[in-house]
Amino acid sequence: MKPKKTDRKRMILRFLKGSYLYFVLAIVTSMLYTVFNSLTPQVIRAMVDSVIGEEPFELPKPVLALIEQAGGREYIREHLWLVIAAILLIALCAGVCTFFSRTFTAKGAEGFTKRIREQLFSHIQKLPYNWHVKNQTGDVIQRCTSDVEVMRNFVSGQMLEIVRIVFLIIFAMCLMFSMNAKLTWVALAFIPIVVTYSFIFYGKISERFRKADEAEGTLSAAVQENLTGVRVVRAFGRESYEIDRFDQKNNKWADMWINLSYVMGMYWGFGDLFTGLQIMTILVLGTIETVSGNISVGTFMAFISYNATLVWPIRSLGRVLSEMSKAGVSIDRINYILEEEEEQDDPAGLTPDLRGDIVFDHVSFAYEGAAPILKDLSFTIKAGSTFAILGGTGSGKSTLMHLLDRLYELPEGCGSITVGGTNIRSIRLSHLRENIGMVLQEPFLFSRTIRENISAARPKADMEEVRRACRIASVDDAIMGFSGGYDTIVGERGVTLSGGQKQRVAIARMLMQQAPVMIFDDSLSAVDSQTDAKIRQALDQNLGGSTVILISHRITTLMKADCILVLSGGQIAQMGTHQELVSQPGIYRDIYQIQTAQKDQELLAQEV
Amino acid sequence: MAVFQEQEYNRPFDLKVWKKIFPFLRPYTFNLFIVIILNVVMALVDISMPLFQRYTIDHYIASGTVQGIGWFTVLYAVAIVFQTIIVIVSTRQSMFIEMKTNRDMKHKAFVHLQTLSFSFYNVTPVGYLIARVMSDTSRISGMLAWGLMDVMWSAVYVLGVFVAMLLLNWKLALLVMLIVPIIALLTVYFQNKILHWNRKTRRINSQITGAFNEGISGARTSKTLVIEQHNMKDFQGLTGDMQRASVKTQLLSAVYIPSIMFLSSVATALVLTRGGYLSMQGLMEIGTLSAFTSYAVGIFEPIQQIARILADIISAQANIERVTGLLEEVPAIQDSPEVVEKYGDSFVGKTENWEPIKGDIEFRDVTFRYPDGNENILEHFNLKIPAGSTVAIVGETGAGKSTLVNLACRFFEPTEGSILIDGRDYRERSQLWLHSNIGYVLQNPHLFSGSIKENIRYGRLDATDEEIEAAAQAVSADTVVQKLENGYDSDVGEGGDRLSTGEKQLISFARAVLADPAIFVLDEATSSIDTQTEQLIQSAIAHLLQGRTSFLIAHRLSTIRHADMILVVHDGKIIESGTHEELLRKKGQYFSLYTKQFEEEAAAEVLR
Repeated sequence: MKPKKTDRKRMILRFLKGSYLYFVLAIVTSMLYTVFNSLTPQVIRAMVDSVIGEEPFELPKPVLALIEQAGGREYIREHLWLVIAAILLIALCAGVCTFFSRTFTAKGAEGFTKRIREQLFSHIQKLPYNWHVKNQTGDVIQRCTSDVEVMRNFVSGQMLEIVRIVFLIIFAMCLMFSMNAKLTWVALAFIPIVVTYSFIFYGKISERFRKADEAEGTLSAAVQENLTGVRVVRAFGRESYEIDRFDQKNNKWADMWINLSYVMGMYWGFGDLFTGLQIMTILVLGTIETVSGNISVGTFMAFISYNATLVWPIRSLGRVLSEMSKAGVSIDRINYILEEEEEQDDPAGLTPDLRGDIVFDHVSFAYEGAAPILKDLSFTIKAGSTFAILGGTGSGKSTLMHLLDRLYELPEGCGSITVGGTNIRSIRLSHLRENIGMVLQEPFLFSRTIRENISAARPKADMEEVRRACRIASVDDAIMGFSGGYDTIVGERGVTLSGGQKQRVAIARMLMQQAPVMIFDDSLSAVDSQTDAKIRQALDQNLGGSTVILISHRITTLMKADCILVLSGGQIAQMGTHQELVSQPGIYRDIYQIQTAQKDQELLAQEV
Repeated sequence: MAVFQEQEYNRPFDLKVWKKIFPFLRPYTFNLFIVIILNVVMALVDISMPLFQRYTIDHYIASGTVQGIGWFTVLYAVAIVFQTIIVIVSTRQSMFIEMKTNRDMKHKAFVHLQTLSFSFYNVTPVGYLIARVMSDTSRISGMLAWGLMDVMWSAVYVLGVFVAMLLLNWKLALLVMLIVPIIALLTVYFQNKILHWNRKTRRINSQITGAFNEGISGARTSKTLVIEQHNMKDFQGLTGDMQRASVKTQLLSAVYIPSIMFLSSVATALVLTRGGYLSMQGLMEIGTLSAFTSYAVGIFEPIQQIARILADIISAQANIERVTGLLEEVPAIQDSPEVVEKYGDSFVGKTENWEPIKGDIEFRDVTFRYPDGNENILEHFNLKIPAGSTVAIVGETGAGKSTLVNLACRFFEPTEGSILIDGRDYRERSQLWLHSNIGYVLQNPHLFSGSIKENIRYGRLDATDEEIEAAAQAVSADTVVQKLENGYDSDVGEGGDRLSTGEKQLISFARAVLADPAIFVLDEATSSIDTQTEQLIQSAIAHLLQGRTSFLIAHRLSTIRHADMILVVHDGKIIESGTHEELLRKKGQYFSLYTKQFEEEAAAEVLR
């Protein structure tokens, strides 16, 4: 689907809201600057023609009256500081306008950028889990950083610049026409040539720039690959081979830029040529006009100054126009994220006590474009009980929990999940998740202190509570062993914890939630058996009336549960207590037997 | 556990640092010479431009005739065209110098990285190294080529204009010069401030990128903990900081730029009044006055440019220090000159002198401590591994299982004692000799972007297609290949991304088979691969181990059980060793690790 122009416009307008005034002021002040700036050549002109020369003053009436009153030409000739004062006054006004114009632009653009960043962040947080699974982190980050940067440049740079340039051209035109129409037409004739040339050429160059940037990306990737694979390179003794490969890419990239320098040199060179020729033409024709008496010397000088201020903006107009197309691409890339629908946390949703029976009723589910993973499952998890699920990789046990926490929504007609009789679909999303604690198999820790990580769900909790949770999760000792203790920063920009430590910190973090429903999704897989047993024991004593759902491969982890469900091929293979399941033929007993029928059987029994 | 700290470089200008970079310019002395000449000429032509205007006013307008203006136009046009040619040629030459020095620096840095030891890689993040090789070198070469060109032009232009002004009217010229030091001081002051704030915004910007990264990778965790709001508040803190810092940076230029413009107006005003006075007295011609005004205005841009480039040059010193710091990094493991003499260096081996390897490995009284550690990991350790036997190393994640392998492969050398291969200290032979005899398969197998064939060929560069296919068949990697559209020529994507972990594993096995090494290392083969691939891998491993001295790090039970020796590592130290039977009877750490793994495998087996 091709993005519509109106979408882009709407998106920009949406985030400009709140910065409108700044941008309007920025434009007004920059126009004022242009006006003030155009006064200096007028002063020079008056000076040359009427102060030094003998021409009559050609100035606005009030100024003229003022000069006449003071004593006319002679007075100024004797008080030349007045000219200094006039020029400096104009310069001061122009300077003040520049200052305000830049300040307003900065404030407006930064506010704009801040709003986009925050909206993106908040939106991404609220996008469904499914979206996160489908999109690559690196790509999304690229959109949130580089593309936002391009938009910022567009708003603070190109958008205002176009307005400025167009105003400048029109304003300078008017002034020039008022001085000499013939010369102005000649000056104008160059505009379409320069703009078109610069637009086309710049478009061509930027295409090549993109290719060269890609080559640089390839080169950078080659370095990265070599460095991350340094063990393989060394172990196979492939250093010289790697260098050859690198050199190839390196040379290609360097040659691309050197070739590009021809085009760039042409672009600059011919830009200079066109503007130079324009200035020359005006100079020569202006001289002829002056000599033939159509304009005065001062007018000639002023005309040339205006023409010079005109030339550069016109040259950059082509570039700006060409860059604007880049901004369009970035807007589309950001919109790709923003147009995705957020999860709905309906404030009108129900907020019942979740300490009730959890009932899965004829639940079926399939991931997008995949074979069904859950087929017509029905079972009940009694309130306050410990419920265990045993299943192989890909049997759908994690999916069950995702559905319960509404990380995935159960589609219409695929059965229902109720807690205490209330369909979870009608429960307010944040309420549901606050009351279901879940520890994931590969937990994520934020780059904050350990304490902040653990108390994430309840930031106001005191240190004693945090440590208590950590003692239950058997991780307090390990944390106290770090030099920074609970203030040690973990995650990407801090200390790296081992898999087992991470899982235990995540358990502590979940305990802080004090949720009536707790899910342990294979969350002790990286912990050794003794610690596993220790944690389970501590949990048993501290869980209170919470409903607990355990998912594991390990019979010893599950065997004490009130009810064990064996999941196979998306269906319930068996369900019952350990005793019941062991006494009937089936998967559970097979596993149990294999696990215990070894010669290590008695050792295993001792250990549990 | 150490967190990597980047060294800060902000020392004052130091010629010694710059001298280190000169050798990179030496091959391009001729080009440099051309660039300098061209820029001097270009500046001189630029200086002559206002003189054309002066000439028209003083000669044609003043005398009221246009006779000879045709020749004047031709001369003017020739100057413009000449200028265009200079721009094109000097752009090309500057780019040539930039890219060639850039390429040479990258090459040198990359080659040097291939010689650095693992002790260096272990403490240096890859991102940091990529920045050295990629951006720092680019910055330096850009500085060398364009900075030089711009400074040359600006310096000649400023000097030339002064000379021209002095010749036209020395008193007036001195008046204009009064402004110059003020502008220079202002520029240096503001550039420093702006640089400081720019650094700050960049720092915050990278924090924002980090926050987006966390917000995306941690999305599922945030959802289950319902801490989206909390995250958002943190993020708003960052965007707020960013807004303040950016506005502040732009406010600085909002003050700086108008100040400079105002000063330039002061110069114009001075010239105009003083020059006007002189004209009225008949001491100066109008054309000279007009040229003078152009000079007075035109001189300020180059002066700012010089100040800006000088500031840039000083800040580029940090880039130079970073690159030369990397180039001066001494490899911790080096072959002695005698060894290089006999066996060749790290890149090209003198294979004719290489002895065939059998694969006996002996650790003799080895004491070892990591260069960045403060504790001996091995103390007076002795171990004899006869050729063809299998050593398994087990332990928790992060327990330090790789140490022995690192030593045996000479990725690290013993702090005391020695390691003998086939009865000779391995330091008596070259690293390349040893590495050419090692096969290495990692847990997360590292493939290079390119085709399957290229990746397998990495094991032996001169292998024929038939040999590659035979190697793939030997480890069942051909099953992977058959599924791919282009067979052996299929692209594996960056880092092998287009293949699953299991598939990558099989390809890396084939690569190792092709190398036909005497010593084989299997580092933490993954446990989370689909069952079909898993079976293939089992048989592939069995095939690989035949007749080789091998190290298995925490590999699957079935293989470990048959290892000739099992070493159990805990907290970096070897705490148990023996055969499977012996260790089980001991009921120590191995026993608990084993039972845990066994339970999981047994369950997985039944649930399959």
